[in-house]
Amino acid sequence: MSIIEVHGVRKAYGGRAVVDGVSFTVDEGEIFGILGPNGAGKTTTVECVEGLRTPDAGTVRVAGLDPVADRQEVTHLLGAQLQESELQPKLTVREALELYSAFYRHPADRDALAGRLGLDGHLDRRFAQLSGGQKQRLFIALALIGSPRVVVLDELTTGLDPRARRDTWRLIEEIRDGGVTVLLVTHFMEEARRLCDRIAVIDRGRVVAVDTPGGLIGAAPGSTVISFTPSQPLAHADLRALPGAVSAEVSGPGGRVVVQGTDETANAVITLLARHRITARHLRVTEAGLDDVFLDLTERAS
Amino acid sequence: MTTTATPSARPAPLAAVLRAETRLFLREPGSLFWILVFPTALMTVLGLIPSFREADDALGGRSVIDLYVPVAVLLAMIMAGLQAMPPVLTGYRERGILRRMSATPVRPSALLAAQIVLHGAAALGSAALVVAVGRTAFGVRLPGRAAGYLLALLLAVACVLALGATICALSRTSKVATAAGSVAYLVMMFTAGVWVPVQTMPDLLRRIVEFTPFGAASQALDQAASGHWPGAAHLAVVLVWTAVPATASTRLFRWE
Repeated sequence: MSIIEVHGVRKAYGGRAVVDGVSFTVDEGEIFGILGPNGAGKTTTVECVEGLRTPDAGTVRVAGLDPVADRQEVTHLLGAQLQESELQPKLTVREALELYSAFYRHPADRDALAGRLGLDGHLDRRFAQLSGGQKQRLFIALALIGSPRVVVLDELTTGLDPRARRDTWRLIEEIRDGGVTVLLVTHFMEEARRLCDRIAVIDRGRVVAVDTPGGLIGAAPGSTVISFTPSQPLAHADLRALPGAVSAEVSGPGGRVVVQGTDETANAVITLLARHRITARHLRVTEAGLDDVFLDLTERAS
Repeated sequence: MTTTATPSARPAPLAAVLRAETRLFLREPGSLFWILVFPTALMTVLGLIPSFREADDALGGRSVIDLYVPVAVLLAMIMAGLQAMPPVLTGYRERGILRRMSATPVRPSALLAAQIVLHGAAALGSAALVVAVGRTAFGVRLPGRAAGYLLALLLAVACVLALGATICALSRTSKVATAAGSVAYLVMMFTAGVWVPVQTMPDLLRRIVEFTPFGAASQALDQAASGHWPGAAHLAVVLVWTAVPATASTRLFRWE
């Protein structure tokens, strides 16, 4: 069952469409990623979901409600962590949790939440004294304090060190495991791949693909990379003729061969080698990263 | 639709906002000093000069300190509304604090309202302190027309808060708000009579100053202190200076 439905959303600033006909649906209980380069319209899209912006055209529904018209209701079931927002510098962690929990009908248990997010040792620290990671954990806590059904996390791990980022990923998985749907905006491929059940790739205000991370990678031409050093040189024509191959290169003093193609290409390489009784040293079959897929998708769109 | 009974232990959202903002307000020693301590301190320094405590025929038989009590009262309001408040409100916008709150069931206007109420309350508290110290330390008589004095006070507070809110609405950043507040603050201090009490200004200057919010408020407070009802013309001037900026600031305020 889908909990978020975005259909044909458009938003223009000064005549320039930042979001240009975006549609996707998010199922209850999944982590749905919005992936795209900077300035692709990711934040504007989720701001329409949060009810912070009114789309120029199209419809948005969160649990069947219009985030603009039913603003009050939507704020009770959708928690948000916003990009570039702060709290009052002298407000302590404890006071922030107290304040925000007073806004909701069914607030979560503050102590349990603080413990879960590792904030219990910093309750008396002021917002301005917190580290980047602590601030982000506090913002996650505030997004969850109203016991929402959906949380929107916008560029949550930007600016965090690798350890804090990994800790944050674990937290996001725990949120999902707790039954909360997560809409995650990111420009980190690794993050999207590791966390998301499904991803919408957005470029220049349009959705260019929606799929699982594996599906996105598998669907891309050249997603499988086969490399080996043959015991005897192979005819270039044979390599080019491999089914599904998008490129084949021979390089280096050892004549190392690198073929980009699909799973089918990998099988054909094995058959080719067997037919010519050639042995392959250092044979590697790897999957192209989401980075390659992403670059490919966004380049094709242009 | 929803039939959730609010647990009595849970504070109402607006009360929670006011409580949190009150705590934050009390964590600003600079603002507290300028609003609550400085006006009384200035009056005390002037009151310690013996000749300022003597009745002067040129002042209609009153002493300089008699005239400085309303001046110090207005000074407290100017400090609160024009010096302390504008950078706080613009900072809330600049740092995305208002934005964060707009993603909750509570409107961010609650935050602005709490700050306006707190600055107004601090200004009134400071005014009470000035009058009390003036009475106990220097024998300045309590306002002869208490209701009229209170009316003039409340109008003056509303006016200074409306002017401060307008500065926030028009300033893009808190730096601009601080600068604009400081300019307005110097002008208002002059018209409130901090350097020369309005009542002792040359005739022509006084007539001009009476059209400014604090020149008019100063006259209104002085009349009420002397036991008369404040002149309707003076109150009307303050009222206009309240209504116009209040309307303008609510229309012009940018939330982002």
